[in-house]
Amino acid sequence: MPTVSMTVNGKTVSADVEPRTLLVQYLREHLGLTGTHVGCDTSQCGACVVHMNGESLKSCTILAAQAEGADVTTIEGLANGDELHPMQEAFRENHGLQCGFCTPGMVMSALDLVQKNPDPSEREVREWLEGNLCRCTGYHNIVKSILAGAEALRG
Amino acid sequence: MYQFNYQKAGSQDDAVSAAGSAEDPKFLAGGMTLIPTLKQRLAQPSDLIDLSGIDGLAGVEDNGDSITIGAMTRHVDVANNDTVKSKIPALAHLASHIGDPQVRNRGTIGGSLANNDPAADYPAAVLGLNATVITNKREIAADDFFDGMFTTALEEDELITAVKFPVPDKAGYTKFPNPASRYALVGVMVAQTGGETRVAVTGAGQDGVFRASDIESALSGNWSADAAKGVKMSDADLNSDIHASAEYRAHLISVMASRAVEAAG
Repeated sequence: MPTVSMTVNGKTVSADVEPRTLLVQYLREHLGLTGTHVGCDTSQCGACVVHMNGESLKSCTILAAQAEGADVTTIEGLANGDELHPMQEAFRENHGLQCGFCTPGMVMSALDLVQKNPDPSEREVREWLEGNLCRCTGYHNIVKSILAGAEALRG
Repeated sequence: MYQFNYQKAGSQDDAVSAAGSAEDPKFLAGGMTLIPTLKQRLAQPSDLIDLSGIDGLAGVEDNGDSITIGAMTRHVDVANNDTVKSKIPALAHLASHIGDPQVRNRGTIGGSLANNDPAADYPAAVLGLNATVITNKREIAADDFFDGMFTTALEEDELITAVKFPVPDKAGYTKFPNPASRYALVGVMVAQTGGETRVAVTGAGQDGVFRASDIESALSGNWSADAAKGVKMSDADLNSDIHASAEYRAHLISVMASRAVEAAG
């Protein structure tokens, strides 16, 4: 089996995997990073969003082999020890979740938005979230959380 | 997914020769439709040849009366490109509404066209704007490129390298997206270029993208939203599925065409 190596959350990792292994399987099953979720498995729901080379993507729709040599960040890579990332803190503070299943993808997607658009309007946040579905339909507080997280990150 | 071999090509020649020696190869660009297709076991290629390591296949070139977009240019980069936005804003608009931000960060114009998903957006742009698909072997006119659902004029070892879009006098694209996948239930590109009117419809046809000649005739005499809306489309060769009936799609074509004319101005 081919060896696939990449940097995940700042650490160099390597595993022998079948070519058909998805990035999300590599993260969850080989590295034990189960914060990245598999929801719909059809690139629609966004529970599996991670960052690769600084941009968000759906890790259920890319092969681990395609991420060879890449720099990947998952939800586990955000907090600084016990100190939550400002976007995570904003989700906690604003109760930006109900069941929590979509939350890791929401947070990772939100961070890609605010790096491109540090001061998004509510409408821009809602449009950006077209690739992230919350089955509990808890969008209201998710949007509030992202606006608060963006504000915190602007400092 | 079924098993396959994976390799990353270093050059166009590498990719073509790898395809030549594989039993049933597929080129992998952004993978935004190919990987879901493999996951559903709708395809079983022996080899995936990843094109992402090939230099020179991405980027936008301004040729004055046309623009050339490299095959590996991602949707996000077409959507945000200043040349595309100023010369063919309808194309930038179309690219900015494909899938969602994460899909646009990966998906490419060449991949979308080679795959020719019947609900993809780019086929409507290529057919509606009368673009030319440039491959490693030849140039293919839009009218000759699409060959039915998931089928194109491309040969097995033929690689799209770029797409050349003539700059239209006016163009507009509007789609009615599926609320979850953002694929077009119906998407319509209308364009006027040097006296020619073209209307291309994606998402609706049983054989993939097609030109709506009735709307083209209506618009060439009278470029107006009302003229497009007044055309009653037949539902004979249209898709019917859980998302929309053929009759509803037929209705949407005229409505989307009229909104596209409004957007084109």
